[in-house]
Amino acid sequence: MYVAVKGGERAIDNAHAWLAEERRGDPAVPELSVAQIREQMALAVNRVMTEGSLYDPDLAALAIKQARGDLIEAIFLIRAYRTTLPRFGSSAPVKTAEMACERRISATFKDAPGGQVLGPTFDYTHRLLDFKLAAEGGTPAAPEGEARREATPHITGFLNREGLIQTEDESDETPPDLTREPMELPAARALRLQALTRGDEGFVLGLAYSTQRGYARNHAFVGELRIGSVAVEMEIPELGFAIEIGEITVTECESVNQFKGSKTEPPQFTRGYGLVFGQTERKAISMALVDRALRWKELGEDDQGAPAQDEEFVLMHCDNIQATGFLEHIKLPHYVDFQSELELVRKLRRAAGAEEVKEAAE
Amino acid sequence: MSDYNFAYLDEQTKRMIRRAILKGLAVPGYQVPFASREMPMPYGWGTGGVQVSAATLTPEDRFKVIDQGADDTTNAVSIRKFFERTAGVEVTEETEAATIIQTRHRIPEAPLSEDQILVYQVPIPEPLRFLEPRETETRKMHSLEEYGLMHVKLYEDISQHGAIATAYAYPVKVEGRYVMDPSPIPKFDNPKLADCPAIQLFGAGREQRIYALPPYSDVVSLDFEDHPFEASKADHPCDLCDARDSYLDEVITDDRGGRMFVCSDTDYCRTRQAQGHLGAQLAARQEGAA
Repeated sequence: MYVAVKGGERAIDNAHAWLAEERRGDPAVPELSVAQIREQMALAVNRVMTEGSLYDPDLAALAIKQARGDLIEAIFLIRAYRTTLPRFGSSAPVKTAEMACERRISATFKDAPGGQVLGPTFDYTHRLLDFKLAAEGGTPAAPEGEARREATPHITGFLNREGLIQTEDESDETPPDLTREPMELPAARALRLQALTRGDEGFVLGLAYSTQRGYARNHAFVGELRIGSVAVEMEIPELGFAIEIGEITVTECESVNQFKGSKTEPPQFTRGYGLVFGQTERKAISMALVDRALRWKELGEDDQGAPAQDEEFVLMHCDNIQATGFLEHIKLPHYVDFQSELELVRKLRRAAGAEEVKEAAE
Repeated sequence: MSDYNFAYLDEQTKRMIRRAILKGLAVPGYQVPFASREMPMPYGWGTGGVQVSAATLTPEDRFKVIDQGADDTTNAVSIRKFFERTAGVEVTEETEAATIIQTRHRIPEAPLSEDQILVYQVPIPEPLRFLEPRETETRKMHSLEEYGLMHVKLYEDISQHGAIATAYAYPVKVEGRYVMDPSPIPKFDNPKLADCPAIQLFGAGREQRIYALPPYSDVVSLDFEDHPFEASKADHPCDLCDARDSYLDEVITDDRGGRMFVCSDTDYCRTRQAQGHLGAQLAARQEGAA
């Protein structure tokens, strides 16, 4: 005898209690502190801050702990928290040309003012498991150099002087904000960039990779990749001038792309742009490549029908919180819909069966 | 939860949502873009409905949540709990006692009244989406009232299967103008959309759209003269309350092909049982016990 399924509430409570226990893992192993995650899982923290659109390493670390290391879940926690925050105003644009760089490389020039600074990078490490880390030994201090005092100029600025790279129009317009306004298509570049910064690292990486393999190929050089801290300034209406309210670490990538010219534009180099929180360089480079691919229309290039050129496809599918929510919602009960499909399939089969019998009789 | 505003959302956000709702009511069936917020539950799990409910709830409301017609399905429980905590409103499982009903995939069996609001959770608000994936195109099609593609699809169904092969989310035309997705309700529920005394609001969070049917709207399920729309359900009475007019869920009872049919609307079924209506299986069990 069927008894209606009850007790959803108790089941949910018990599931959550079990989850909390699993999150802690073996109690004989010391518990991770939020500070440990913030300091030792910094790149995960950076990703959560970037895609969560909230610069707060402590909250990001807490979210990672709560999410058991599931970064998309952590991003979700940060996003849901972020929407409840009041908005005091908006900052002045950050001046990345004045960045205190801890890493700055260019693939287009062997050397340039400011030099090539490798910084703390995985590049050129041999990917061999370091069993010393398992033994939890101390880390020797890295050698220190003299910090550069003067600002490090942007590499694309040098190309600009010769008119070899397309110039960007300056604008003081307030950029649109897709967390406050519904996404409208076609989207302005500022809105596209916001969506790409918040977009899933894996998705943006895959799209960028596809452009390298020929789907809207536009050979990209890393004109410049720089990581470091920038001052955030905000204009205070009562004061009438901007004051520094803090510092954030960002990664900025400017790609320099081949361009043979089109009906509307002369041959010159073109740019793609990526900007993300913290040291998140794979994402910054990917973003620059996808940004460049999306600019085909303004540059008068051909639409090759490639996914990375398709603004609606990219912008409507790059958000992992939207994607994972909708994907995972198919776990919810659908038995009403399934029942109606069952009825329909049975009806169509009955009709088809009757047809066959009729044909056989004839 | 005292840190959060009544019904979770801040007043500015609610105001923005109410404006979208009012616009939706003024242009029935038209999808109004709105700046959907990130809610503390996942997209695709009712965030649109939750935002619409949050914007319409008042402290005096009595709130009911159903998923698949049932009050006790896990996600319905979760959403009801959310508003109990953030709005402190009274909740109920009785359709007639509720002032706001949030629903996923069903319209309650009991007739609704003028002082009620029915809030639908909508996954894909665009009825033309699976014919044309681009939003830029479908918006154009709506503004030009260009619905030929939909009729061709329905016609192709008939030529291939002999019937329109859409069992749920069956498209409707509202007030002779907009083609609208009624959310994934079974087509059995479609007739209840029309001429309904209650306000019907549709919220799609991830897709950032709100649309609405004002009371007593003209809502017609798309069909052809020679293939009229047919609201279908399992050809069976409810095995618990013997209802012949309610939508039924099929429940597998053993591994030998045994099954039974029960009302998907749990409140309707319980009310009928309390009134003394007895379905075949319940009657058999009572006899067995006696």
